[in-house]
Amino acid sequence: MNVNAIIEILIAVMVLAGTVLSLLSSLGFIRLPDVYTRAHAATKSVTLGILFILLGTFLYFWFVHGLISIRLLLGIVFVFLTAPVAGHLIIRSAYRSGVKLSDTSVKDELREDLKKATQLEKYHSREG
Amino acid sequence: MTLQILLNLVIGMVWMLLHDEWNMLTFTIGFLIGSIFIFALRRFFPGPFYGLKIWSIIKLLILFNVELVKSSLIVIGQITRPKLNIQPGIFKLETKLKSDWEIIMLTNLLALTPGSAVLEIAPQEGVMYIHAMDMAEFRHSIAKTKDLFEEAIIEVMR
Repeated sequence: MNVNAIIEILIAVMVLAGTVLSLLSSLGFIRLPDVYTRAHAATKSVTLGILFILLGTFLYFWFVHGLISIRLLLGIVFVFLTAPVAGHLIIRSAYRSGVKLSDTSVKDELREDLKKATQLEKYHSREG
Repeated sequence: MTLQILLNLVIGMVWMLLHDEWNMLTFTIGFLIGSIFIFALRRFFPGPFYGLKIWSIIKLLILFNVELVKSSLIVIGQITRPKLNIQPGIFKLETKLKSDWEIIMLTNLLALTPGSAVLEIAPQEGVMYIHAMDMAEFRHSIAKTKDLFEEAIIEVMR
């Protein structure tokens, strides 16, 4: 087995791994109970899947066509920058517009603190 | 630090001029030689050698990628379990980071680590509210990775 065959197998494994990761995380969208847990599936596994697919494509163009495409690497960087921000904004706006957590949730310290804060505000406004 | 980087670029340019070869390879050689000079003369500069900063950035990136792989495997393990058995929840964590940039970096990194997503930040009190996918399993591991990231970020930013 020569070097080229090994590299081709490596590329195939990377692209397949990325595809499987994306497939499994879309399975997560269906199975998970609420928007907050779905955001976990959307930000983590999908990002890793895209990383694998783009790296595989980068290696393919490099070794098979002798072409170093920096744009593919930049694609990875921008997905890494935007995916967590998008996930954070989605769950934050969901919480602010009052989307309920799933019934299996065990704790919500933010709600407790918000209640405390509003009680304090009421208390202060009464004094003033 | 900016001075050191600028000086290093100038040394690379001068090397390229002296050789009269206008390509990337000559510039890279000049840049490497310049960084050796700056490393040798580092005690005459006001700040520490800038290579240390680059090294800490590389360390942060490695740490981040390891955590990303771990978290994806954990999430997939949870999803593919035949009976979904998770107890999500929101808990708060205190952070010792102060400036906006440091908190943004920590938020971005935490969004891609095992079972955690940052829900709300209160920078005045230095408190972050984190949604965990499974409270029982992840609460302590999230606090631990947060400490790791904090140290790495402080090394990079300060």
